[in-house]
Amino acid sequence: MNDQSGTGARRGFTTERPICVAILAMGGQGGGVLADWIVALAEAQGWHAQTTSVPGVAQRTGATLYYLEMLPPKEGRAPILSLMPAQGEVDVVLAAELMEAGRSILRGLVTPDRTTLIASTHRLFATAEKEKPGNAIADPSVVVEAAGVAAKRVIGFDMEALANASHSHISACLFGTLAASKTLPFPRDAFEAVIKAGGRGVEPNLNAFRAAYEQAGQPATAKPAVKRPGKRFAPLPAAAGRADLDRLLVRIREFPAPLHDMLFAGVKRLTDFQDPAYAAEYLDRIGTLHALDRDNGGAAKSYALAAAAAKYLAVAMAYDDVIRVADLKTRTSRFERVQRDNAVGDGQIVYTTEYMHPRLEEAAGTMPAPLGRFMEAHPRLFGVLFRKSRRVRSGTIRWFLVLYGLAALKPIRRSTLRHRREMAHIDKWLALAQASIAANYDVAVEIVNARRLIKGYSDTHARGESKFDRVIGAAPQLAARADGADWMRRLRDAALLDEGGIALDGALKTVSTL
Amino acid sequence: MAERSFAREVQDLKLGDGDEFRGEGILAITKALLQSGVSYVGGYQGAPISHLMDVLADARDVLDELGVHFENSASEAAAAAMLAASVNYPIRGAVTFKSPVGINVASDAIANLASGGVTGGALIIIGEDYGEGSSIMQERSHPFAMKSQIWLLDPRPNLPSIVKAVEDGFELSEASHTPVMLEVRIRACHVHGRFIAKSNRRPGFSLRQALENPRRDTERVVLPPASYLHEREKIEQRWPAAVKFIKERKLNELFGPEKADIGIIAQGGFYNSVMRSLQQLGLADVYGETAVPIYVLNVAYPLIDDEVAAFAAGKKAVLMVEEGQPEFIEQALNTILRRRDIQTKVCGKDVLPMAGEYTPAVVTKGIKAFLELHAKDLLGNAPPPPDAAAVLVDPKVKTLAKTVPPRPPGFCVGCPERPIFAAMKLVQQELGPHQIAGDIGCHLFACLPPFNIGATTMGYGLGPASSSAFNVEADKRPISVIGDGGFWHNGLSTSVGNAVYNKHDGVIIVVDNFYSAATGGQDIMSSRAKNPARSTNNAIVDAVKGIGVKWVRHTDRTYNVGWMRDTLRDALTSKEGGPKVIVASSECMLNKQRRVRPQFQKSVRGGQRVVQERFGVDEDVCTGDHACIRLSGCPSLSVKETDDPLKDDPVAAIDQNCVGCGNCGEVSEAAVLCPSFYRADIIHNPTALDRFIAAVRRAVIGFLQRRREARRVVFAD
Repeated sequence: MNDQSGTGARRGFTTERPICVAILAMGGQGGGVLADWIVALAEAQGWHAQTTSVPGVAQRTGATLYYLEMLPPKEGRAPILSLMPAQGEVDVVLAAELMEAGRSILRGLVTPDRTTLIASTHRLFATAEKEKPGNAIADPSVVVEAAGVAAKRVIGFDMEALANASHSHISACLFGTLAASKTLPFPRDAFEAVIKAGGRGVEPNLNAFRAAYEQAGQPATAKPAVKRPGKRFAPLPAAAGRADLDRLLVRIREFPAPLHDMLFAGVKRLTDFQDPAYAAEYLDRIGTLHALDRDNGGAAKSYALAAAAAKYLAVAMAYDDVIRVADLKTRTSRFERVQRDNAVGDGQIVYTTEYMHPRLEEAAGTMPAPLGRFMEAHPRLFGVLFRKSRRVRSGTIRWFLVLYGLAALKPIRRSTLRHRREMAHIDKWLALAQASIAANYDVAVEIVNARRLIKGYSDTHARGESKFDRVIGAAPQLAARADGADWMRRLRDAALLDEGGIALDGALKTVSTL
Repeated sequence: MAERSFAREVQDLKLGDGDEFRGEGILAITKALLQSGVSYVGGYQGAPISHLMDVLADARDVLDELGVHFENSASEAAAAAMLAASVNYPIRGAVTFKSPVGINVASDAIANLASGGVTGGALIIIGEDYGEGSSIMQERSHPFAMKSQIWLLDPRPNLPSIVKAVEDGFELSEASHTPVMLEVRIRACHVHGRFIAKSNRRPGFSLRQALENPRRDTERVVLPPASYLHEREKIEQRWPAAVKFIKERKLNELFGPEKADIGIIAQGGFYNSVMRSLQQLGLADVYGETAVPIYVLNVAYPLIDDEVAAFAAGKKAVLMVEEGQPEFIEQALNTILRRRDIQTKVCGKDVLPMAGEYTPAVVTKGIKAFLELHAKDLLGNAPPPPDAAAVLVDPKVKTLAKTVPPRPPGFCVGCPERPIFAAMKLVQQELGPHQIAGDIGCHLFACLPPFNIGATTMGYGLGPASSSAFNVEADKRPISVIGDGGFWHNGLSTSVGNAVYNKHDGVIIVVDNFYSAATGGQDIMSSRAKNPARSTNNAIVDAVKGIGVKWVRHTDRTYNVGWMRDTLRDALTSKEGGPKVIVASSECMLNKQRRVRPQFQKSVRGGQRVVQERFGVDEDVCTGDHACIRLSGCPSLSVKETDDPLKDDPVAAIDQNCVGCGNCGEVSEAAVLCPSFYRADIIHNPTALDRFIAAVRRAVIGFLQRRREARRVVFAD
């Protein structure tokens, strides 16, 4: 009930104004429950409270807004309350997700003279962020920066984690934080009484409320940390306890120190994928590239070519074949992860069913190269065997043995058709980079980086490979330009924007007109 | 069975004289109907009036006790036609629907009803779905009142005013022999407030009495020459009667000082907004005092010429606050004042926008502009009204505008419609893009990413009808989508019958989820639930065959993406002529979970063996290409940033909300995506046999795992 000084007071009007609260949530997050709690709270204190919403179809997972106003009656007269929030008049914004907090700022609901912004900092990604072939996750720090400008006060932390820990909902955490913010002139007991009167899930809700109340009091919540997770590099060990592994470590140390982390990540992956000898082959190739790198002034560029190759050559050499998938699916660590991810308790049993669809291509790829080629040449003969997809119940002994057996093909991997093809592809790719380095070092680096476009399986893999081919196809032309690497980078970014490569085609058209 | 139970709200319908009702606006209207002695209520669900229908559906005992007949009408047209019971009998009836879409559908019946006029009070309650969150075209219902000469109430948006409007509406209808529309905007329908209730009233004249003692009057039938007389009667008798009633009962209200240089005329529904704006300008307070006279049109049509003239006379200017376009009321004000040669200036759409929602900021800006033109002294040196302009131009906030992703509504977790559109996307990858017509319902979400399917929507149940022009020789066939709600609303005849009769060579997909799902999960004819009050379980397939379709395919498991894809391909390539109808049936997951989850939890607590299915992604197998997401869009299937230094892009991840619908696995099979998906079958309360088998499996598998891991040469983690 802040006083609003101005001409109103001079005319003899009362100067009270209602407390205005906006709740931004997604359909299904319990925004309505929270609004009802706040109304019940205010009414229990003898106030008039009004809430409105526009549920409709927006309830189906879309962004929704609930709006409340509250004020005590005066001399028996009920206040006239607004059904819509006005920009600059909202005292408290409760946002059930970080980007929704951002949306509240964009809608002008958060202003520095008035608004306390209470937000959960966790993310629920929107379709636009998820569907892109690349990384389209919105930068959370932008919201925190804007909140610092827009809000009078910010209280933000991961309320979803807190809600999960209490087996409750985010609405209870927001309610607890609202109580802790002291933005409503009601005591904590009154808040708790509302939850108790609700009758359903009282204990979990109270636990979440109390946990949030405590956490909201911590100073760190005023500028919440929303750092994105970085990459985890294992430190390069002094020794690994086996001669063949130790030899690999020695060889890594022969490279410049800035390359060590990535080289070790690559060596680890390839040892796991095949064997130490395979990792040694990787270091051989990197060694060749590094020498070339050095001869072309790479030292001044932090050996960017070798660094890029350290990453993408490891990815390329650890291709996803049937053997690899079967190996990953049968590991103890995988069984444990399934238990953990699905919160399987002690008294429960979990079995997994894998959705496999081996096609003739995959089967032929796993065969020794001549046999694989023969199979591919006779699709009518062999195709019938691989038309059906398989639901592999990997927790049963029979199906486990099938996968276990496939993973046991590792020793013959180097003779398979798939391996031959992957190696040929790598040779061609690196040869192009090597051929370009003299003309344009940076373009050569971008040729290596373009390998990022190849991922996925079957059609997705084919589309990725076609994008990769189109991007590196532009390299010879671009190598002649000083800004060629910038264009290569733009092409790669464009290729990651959509599935069909429409943006890439547009970018290539531009390149062709340079 | 609607999406939520209204058992508690039903108790509110029983409140008696002097009790205080606290709750939602639309439920206050429901209570007001019973207080007014209504005999019958019908309607068609849709935001924002679904709750009126839902609470009455749950209130059988209250209705039976009062002798009130309640019906879930097949469409708004059916609902409006129901009001025929009030033509010859002194029986009060009310129907309700979402507007203006509902009134578009109902207008045939309403026009006929309005022509002959009514004896008993006939109330049409429309939930005006305009502005933010609206799911329909942005139009006004107002001209329907004008063209049919029926009266339009637009009460102030508080519960006492809305309840009074219901009571007044019946009386006005009876006094003027005219149906009355009560317009309630979406926020007013959902507003939480309070009013002092009255006891419910049994109707004085029952439907049974009418049925057993039928009356007729040829003059009330819309047939020449009576229809010519009706038009004159509307103007010469019913209109004056209405004006007299509205004046005598002071349905429109005046606030503020009697004398002033300027004044504001507002639609009743905008009273609160106008008051808040005046408060921001220092010209009113929150308890209703105002320095500017306000004439509130609780009756938006007809205008009361004398009241308007009296309000305007002696003022320099008046401002009409009227949302939407065209500005019917503002135009009428000018006519009234010109006819009487009153020179008061009429402002409205010159200072307020012609199109778009009247948000507080818009209204404040408009009133301020009006005062600056005609009463600058009133503004004095008031502080500027609050706004967020300074924040919105800050560079950091401008960066934010590029960051915050759009979040339109979409298919729920586990929605059975998702696999249908995934299959359509796969078929289009094979056969190229097609001309696809959408319809009204949740399935329209398919037109957004990630599916991007559907080019038009022409109205409820009109999807296949909107493809009818494309019945020509071509290498591709048109596809139309229609939901089960639209199918029964009018799609069976207007869309499917039309296609049969005209030998339409297209493909029709009927999305059957057992409910009118988008409007809140109400039962419809083909619902699978057993509803003692309604006839359900009428199969869509039977109806389609009955109307003459020869090529019909049906699945009771839409999640079978492979079947959906193959069947759709067959339909698009079949040599057979005529419409090809695919009925894809699976229960709406939102409603299914409401039904199944409590049972599941009870079984788990009760120690019963239950298997719970969930999906997961092996993140080390996932390469982060997100192809699965582009075929799903499930809120539960998301991405997560990985700390693996060899992976650039986020990997797929499935969260705790997964209901194990199976779509992920089926899509990954049908589209040959990656093998990273798995289904986890979690056995709660396993039996001794389960435990024994698990122990054997664990022993064998564990032995093999340890054996291989002991031999594996790797760097320690």
